[in-house]
Amino acid sequence: MSNDKIIAVTMPKWGLSMTEGKVMEWLVEEGTELNVGDPVVDIETEKIANTFEALDPGILRKKVAGLDDILPIGALLAVLAPSEVSESEIDAFVSEFLENYVPPEPEEEDEEESAYQYIDANGYRLRYSKMGTGVEKIILIHGFGGDADRWLFTQQPLSEKATVYAFDLPGHGQSSKSVNDGTVSGLAETVIALMDSLDITEARLIGHSLGGAIALQAAISYPTRVTRLDLIAPAGLGKEINVDYINGFIETDNRKEMKGLLQQLVADPELVNRALVNDMLQFKRTDGVSNALSQIAAGFIDAEGRQSRIMREEAALLTIPINLIWGSLDKIIPADHARDLPAQIKSTVLDGYGHLVQLEASTEVNAVLAL
Amino acid sequence: MARKITFQQAINEAIDQEMGRDESVIVMGEDVVGGSGADGEMDAWGGVLGVTKGLWGKYGDRIMDTPISEAGYVGAAVGAATAGLRPVCELMFIDFMGVCFDQIYNQAAKFRYMFGGKAETPIVIRTMFGAGFRAAAQHSQCLYPMFTAVPGLKVVIPSTPYDVKGLLIQAIRDNDPVIFCEHKVLYTVEGDVPEESYTIPFGEANIAKEGDDVTIVAVGRMVQQSLEAAAALSKEGVSCEVVDLRTTSPLDEDTILESVENTGRLVVVDEATPRCSIATDISALVAQKAFGELKAPIEMVTAPHTPVPFSGTLEDSYVPSPEKIASAVRKVSEYTK
Amino acid sequence: MATTLSVEDLLDAYRTMKTIREFEDRVHVEFAKGGIPGFVHLYAGEEASATGVGMHLKESDKLASNHRGHGHCIAKGVEVNGMMAEIYGKKTGTCHGKGGSMHIADLDTGMMGANGIVGGGPPLACGAALAAKMKGTDGIAVVFCGDGASNQGTTFEAMNLATVWKLPVIFVFENNGYAEATASKFSVACEDIADRAIGFGMPGEIVDGHDFFAVHEAFGRAAERARAGDGPSLIEHKLDRFFGHFEGDNQNYRPKDEVKRLREEVCCLKRFSAEVTQKHGVSPDQLTEIDNEVASMIDAAVVFAETSPDPDVADLTTDVYIKY
Repeated sequence: MSNDKIIAVTMPKWGLSMTEGKVMEWLVEEGTELNVGDPVVDIETEKIANTFEALDPGILRKKVAGLDDILPIGALLAVLAPSEVSESEIDAFVSEFLENYVPPEPEEEDEEESAYQYIDANGYRLRYSKMGTGVEKIILIHGFGGDADRWLFTQQPLSEKATVYAFDLPGHGQSSKSVNDGTVSGLAETVIALMDSLDITEARLIGHSLGGAIALQAAISYPTRVTRLDLIAPAGLGKEINVDYINGFIETDNRKEMKGLLQQLVADPELVNRALVNDMLQFKRTDGVSNALSQIAAGFIDAEGRQSRIMREEAALLTIPINLIWGSLDKIIPADHARDLPAQIKSTVLDGYGHLVQLEASTEVNAVLAL
Repeated sequence: MARKITFQQAINEAIDQEMGRDESVIVMGEDVVGGSGADGEMDAWGGVLGVTKGLWGKYGDRIMDTPISEAGYVGAAVGAATAGLRPVCELMFIDFMGVCFDQIYNQAAKFRYMFGGKAETPIVIRTMFGAGFRAAAQHSQCLYPMFTAVPGLKVVIPSTPYDVKGLLIQAIRDNDPVIFCEHKVLYTVEGDVPEESYTIPFGEANIAKEGDDVTIVAVGRMVQQSLEAAAALSKEGVSCEVVDLRTTSPLDEDTILESVENTGRLVVVDEATPRCSIATDISALVAQKAFGELKAPIEMVTAPHTPVPFSGTLEDSYVPSPEKIASAVRKVSEYTK
Repeated sequence: MATTLSVEDLLDAYRTMKTIREFEDRVHVEFAKGGIPGFVHLYAGEEASATGVGMHLKESDKLASNHRGHGHCIAKGVEVNGMMAEIYGKKTGTCHGKGGSMHIADLDTGMMGANGIVGGGPPLACGAALAAKMKGTDGIAVVFCGDGASNQGTTFEAMNLATVWKLPVIFVFENNGYAEATASKFSVACEDIADRAIGFGMPGEIVDGHDFFAVHEAFGRAAERARAGDGPSLIEHKLDRFFGHFEGDNQNYRPKDEVKRLREEVCCLKRFSAEVTQKHGVSPDQLTEIDNEVASMIDAAVVFAETSPDPDVADLTTDVYIKY
């Protein structure tokens, strides 16, 4: 018995590696009228916790998933239906769904793995993933110590209208670990070389933190190749940077220290779970990483622990649209750097979030990126 | 780039990468090449289960077959380690330690301290252990508690392909003697392993599964058995945290104690026999340092106090099973004072 | 070669050799079919060695063996049903399924045990010899080692001790050319293992291990010397194994067809049959009769093993002096 007025709310898939999520907290009561984008339930994945927001409008009639349930992607979380649908119809819908639901096969993992590809550019082997088929090309550039997973909640929404590439910078993620040129301009050259290898003539660049500086540098050096810049908590706009974080990240091999460092990236320290800490330590323990990180850090931070590559004036001369997004509680690069820029550079400071604002406030950031 | 390879391939890759990186790394052991002096193929075996196969073709004389003379070649490896080489010595089965124990615990283990901190002995002794192969009493033991008891030795017991590669690379780069214990039943287990070289530090336990009700501490194959038990128990509403020690010396006390502080209930799973084992050691640690946190007596799931029997019927009931682990967890989780 | 052995003795020798061969060929087949668990190391090809020695041993004499021990057990008089059941891990086995192929032992017949540790046996044999000496019997002990065990420190220490204490022990090295997959010409530093006897102050002799008569005669001299209180001896049997180190070994370290050639050219059973029928008055029919008798005995042993019960789970904690 199917009923097309009833809508299933299912476990979302955030990022390539997510296979299941844990229901942490329901944010609405049964009977609430939901609009698209309303927060519904907090879900923790093995990478990070996030709020699941309504994808369809409707009345939340029934919560199916219980607190602390760990469910595979696609599993039933709740049911939306108009008030005229009876309880028994909803129960029937739920039991039919449960009967027919088949959790994703483990072999799908291999397909997911193959969503990552490798390409040679500027003397590096770079790992990247591609989502979407839109005409507009977008390249996502993560920050210092990050990898393509920093775009967990960004890449897929953007891919509905564009072709979106997320890649690991040299020395990061699963790209080559030996860095030829760790300066901001050297890394910008790599972005352009990546575009060449991918046959992309022009692209919108979205960069986070150091990735923001790299994106900005690429636009300055190759103005015809970049159509728009979205810079999230970017480096390159002011002297100040939390050098203790940078040095600590390079030096630590200790789980507790790493956790403390990563907690500086977010406003809500609870977001940093064990898996994230382990991922970072695993990355750090790969041969070549500590050299690469030291080299890259030296490329944008001077001996006094201040940023060495400031591009405010050059940025002011660019004619492409530029968006800045910052979390007001950023403890790595102060949100103040968004001030006093020419009017054509729009800036949005999101209240109550930290440096990893695209993960902490994905909905708000995605809304700005969608403009 | 990570891809799925077996535990055994991960060991081969770790040795291969380290031999490629550092010329002082050499490999020796009984039939680690195979075919030496014979008229057939060289690299005939690559170790009794083929773990080092292919290395002879790449590194030639740096991988050496030895006579069956464990005291001789293990001792020679210890000596070589003090003189600038980094031997990775294969002692086929941990049971054969009996033949060469002096060279390990009186010699290698003692140098750093006994010589006033002036000696380094960077030797790795790789050895297979554990029941499950119907290999009977002299080829199936879990003797790692003995090594753990000796100051000056580091003892590593990996449980996954990812860990075995990182821990072995760490062991080869480490400047102290390392007893590297490989459970033979794990050799065919597959898992994600990056192609690049990486290390995992000693003394850092891995939380193989997070949970809130009961802490299960395990090593080697027992981690997998414990995870199976934990999966079954989660259906009953019992949430287990599985702590994989990875190394028994050095021991990550903090992770164990933090987990017990959270759960208040502890089951230790050890394939070794029950006296003077990892199980008793961890139990003593928790009783001493987290007594106030315990809500129930500690349970130990171990082999019985017997040699390993040959018959399949007996061997299967010898090894701690997920069922036995689950019933110990139920016992501690149902306990009320 | 002339012999002092009677026709009856010769038929006994043949029966023992044939039993070992049939037993091992059958274990090879049953292992491949999946009926036998664990590791098995087969003795086929080396029968003359165990048999020529075993003919000199009384039940009270002691024999220490190694991982390739089935032949030694049979030559020492261990009953094949119990052996086969042990290899299958059954309750009716010689060790009630607790030991398996590598640990078959039968102290009642003087069989001190196969051994999973290379070089484990020589010191044990010295101990058995010491017991015989201290008790004033004329008992002797023999230990079978491979070329591999000839390189173990325990073996050297045992040989030294045997001379120092003048023990009635005989070290028989069965040099089949390979320690596992490594050639003895690589792993043994001297030309012949027998050369090592000099260093330990005992006589050493090289014998063609495919030749029953040569083995029998040489061991006879050593046994006589030991029983007379004149101390230990070393004998090196040069021989070949017809299977791999263990079942499952693809033997790629051996030249192709080596085993096939050996089975044709140096088979101790063929050689023995030819010699006894041509020179010592044994008729081919007598041998055929033994062949048939042995074949049905091995068939029966396999049936016995297959139909025997597994050990009870409760047996796990028996034969211990304390339980925790």
